[in-house]
Amino acid sequence: MDAFVTLDALAAPLDRANVDTDAIIPKQFLKTIRRTGLGVALFYDWRYKDAPSDGRTEGLVPDPSFVLNDPRYKGARILLARENFGCGSSREHAPWALLDYGFRAIVAPSFADIFYNNCFKNGILPVVLPADHVDRLFREVAATPGYRLTIDLPSQKVLLPSKESFSFSIDPVRKNHLLEGLDEIGLAEKKAPLIEAYEKRRQEREPWLVPAAPGGR
Amino acid sequence: MPRTIIDKIWENHVVTEENGTALLYIDRHLVHEVTSPQAFEGLRIAGRKVRRPELTFAVPDHNVPTTDRSRGIADPVSALQVDTLADNARHFGVTHFAMNDPRQGIVHVIAPEQGITLPGQTIVCGDSHTATHGAFGSLAFGIGTSEVEHVLATQTLAQSRPRTMEIRLVGQPPRGITPKDLILAVIGQIGAAGGTGYVIEFTGDPVRALSMEGRMTLCNMAIEAGARAGLVAPDATTFAYIKGRPYAPKGETWEKAVAAWKELPSDPGATYDKTVLVDVSALSPQVTWGTNPGQVVGVDGRVPDPESFSDAVVRDSARKALAYMGLTPGTPLAEIPVTRIFIGSCTNGRIEDLRAAARVAKGRKVAPGVSAMVVPGSGLVRTQAEQEGLHTIFLEAGFEWREPGCSMCLGMNPDQLAPFERCASTSNRNFEGRQGKNGRTHLVSPEMAAAAAVSGRFVDHRTLA
Ligand code: SF4
Repeated sequence: MDAFVTLDALAAPLDRANVDTDAIIPKQFLKTIRRTGLGVALFYDWRYKDAPSDGRTEGLVPDPSFVLNDPRYKGARILLARENFGCGSSREHAPWALLDYGFRAIVAPSFADIFYNNCFKNGILPVVLPADHVDRLFREVAATPGYRLTIDLPSQKVLLPSKESFSFSIDPVRKNHLLEGLDEIGLAEKKAPLIEAYEKRRQEREPWLVPAAPGGR
Repeated sequence: MPRTIIDKIWENHVVTEENGTALLYIDRHLVHEVTSPQAFEGLRIAGRKVRRPELTFAVPDHNVPTTDRSRGIADPVSALQVDTLADNARHFGVTHFAMNDPRQGIVHVIAPEQGITLPGQTIVCGDSHTATHGAFGSLAFGIGTSEVEHVLATQTLAQSRPRTMEIRLVGQPPRGITPKDLILAVIGQIGAAGGTGYVIEFTGDPVRALSMEGRMTLCNMAIEAGARAGLVAPDATTFAYIKGRPYAPKGETWEKAVAAWKELPSDPGATYDKTVLVDVSALSPQVTWGTNPGQVVGVDGRVPDPESFSDAVVRDSARKALAYMGLTPGTPLAEIPVTRIFIGSCTNGRIEDLRAAARVAKGRKVAPGVSAMVVPGSGLVRTQAEQEGLHTIFLEAGFEWREPGCSMCLGMNPDQLAPFERCASTSNRNFEGRQGKNGRTHLVSPEMAAAAAVSGRFVDHRTLA
């Protein structure tokens, strides 16, 4: 996973509440056994005119009414979103697609839990700001072509072009993992002796931890 | 200090804790073909093994065809995913219920059916509806693929302690009100994000009165209220369901387990971070009108006017939802015609659901111009339904009778809505495009879906009796 420290980038506004992971990447693209190359499928049904249901990605015509197809948001790496972003299915294909498209940070008043979690595992920073701050960012992005934000993780701030800044909070453990780009499995493996001791205790106290053999008595 | 069941399960599973993040032990790991290939690939690349293959169970369900399977899967991409699961299960020594195994079915239907799901456990799966298993008084939640890999490798997950919410149902539900109506009404009240950050415990007499199937329907949709998990404390109903199932504890271990499980319910006086009361005494059968499950009214109601919502975000969501759904404010729900019916999914694809739908369908005919399908949640549900003659009732009424799987709940296989088709569905998500691009989904109970099938529109199933 790539580390995340600061990001200075163009912001793109997606002005809808409850954007679910089916909308971020529809089912046709979940059949892959890889994590890469999903950027073309991001927001598939909104992004392309007459998007086919077979999951084709060649020869499609972008729908000019969809915000990410507006040339002024080309190259955006920060997505502005509304409440409950990423709700629904647990598919990690959603952050994979966002990342592959180029987004490294999402700013919203709230996120759905599983999606929020999945972002951290992929080096995407989900920033929660109060709804009125997010509102203001939406207004400013709409009014100002080339609107950029700087997100500084060490100081937990979003810097506006006006030099004002909004603070955000983040779990210190997650922050550290993101700053260092750490391999969490490797970290947990270092605790193997503790896990073994725990398993032993549990197995003695709750022998049903290991399922019975089917057909046995 | 008095503790909730959520606190008890949590504390029993903390291996170690640092800065508020616990390394949580995972008792059961369920795996399906869509969210696992990248996780197994990660293990192979890093040269890791599955730490506890005997606690890990795999089944293909999302991609499998619900028509004749004897010639395999026609779509090569789906076939590759299903084969990859079989291959990974073999390579890593994980129990696998293959597509043609009589026990195959939707992961959240088969794990309880096999006795894999037990009270007091932590259960995870790379699938948001893992919440279903909370019906047994376990802490069950969905995870992403990176976390699947983490659990495969270490049998643990790094987690911060969830906040707790009690949702207490009060009042006697009117006759014919189903578990699906209860949970849709809960989501309608607290909203599609109302449970974000919480684990919900469902309490109250109407919950106690539910069968295990009903409790599974309730907990299944906790995620649709944004909650990480939902659960119901175990009781005699729970133990009776589990006893004698293939992977359930037996003999002396069974007695010991039941004694331990009886200690799980929340202590009197335990406090939750939040408590919500939901009065269910005046509910009518629920029908969603929008594109999230919280956009719901009774079948005797009307499509709301977006302008009637004071909150700007809610209003905007309602406007977009009505445009997508092709509905006009003020239309009585009972006047909305439907042409597709889907009875199935991990929400309502169990035997009781099929019995309920069959009671309504019995002796009636699917309305002209309507196509209706019944997809059992598992092979064993299908077999039992056939032993009870339910399939004959459905077939005589003009329903299709299919093989088990996720099917049109999300349409990863060929079961999909055509653009602008309107469907009464017993599944859990009415998101845009969920059942097919531009398809229009209304979530209902099995009784209401069957009533819509024979009427060609939404009708209160109780008036058909
Ligand atoms: S039935 Fe639907 S909700 Fe349930 S696991 Fe399958 S796709 Fe997911």
